Amino acid sequence: MGNTVTRAQLTEAVYQEVGLSRNESADLVESILGEVSNALARGEMVKISSFGSFAVRQKGQRIGRNPKTGQEVPILPRRVLVFRPSHVLKNRINLGGDKAPAGL
Amino acid sequence: MTKSELISRIAELNPHLYQRDVERIVSTIFEEISVALERGDRVELRGFGAFSVKSRDSRVGRNPRTGESVNVNAKTVPFFKTGKQLRELINGS
Repeated sequence: MGNTVTRAQLTEAVYQEVGLSRNESADLVESILGEVSNALARGEMVKISSFGSFAVRQKGQRIGRNPKTGQEVPILPRRVLVFRPSHVLKNRINLGGDKAPAGL
Repeated sequence: MTKSELISRIAELNPHLYQRDVERIVSTIFEEISVALERGDRVELRGFGAFSVKSRDSRVGRNPRTGESVNVNAKTVPFFKTGKQLRELINGS
């Protein structure tokens, strides 16, 4: 299985792409993730074409159960983030993948 | 917020950069994530979340209109798990 890509590699890619310092590249990566996060925190949907969209979904209260003790506990209403990959990204991943040539 | 709105926002915060460079920066980030997923790599952005790929086995599906059985090939799908900090930010806790 593969490696893990982190902020460091994203920073390096930005650094290679534009003539900025590594420090400023790192700040930009952070600032972009920050702006996406802030929009989501405001309840806004974030749509990145040919990548996917992030949306906040409201979940109602339900009864959960502690799997160890079997005790019932209420799960409070909450907001969760869902990511829907775009078709472009899905197709890229299937073609680049090591198995099953996706039907074209 | 769309990608172009994100670009405008970042450009606004960085008046010393050309809009065209901000565009390249934003695109580079999502492109890097996509390329990593294509390789089967995981992308872990602490506080934000982690992107990974998951394999789905082939299965027999059904055309919902005709009820006809169809074979659905095995495939790999992108997956995102929200980071702890972002999850808390969204819940406003």
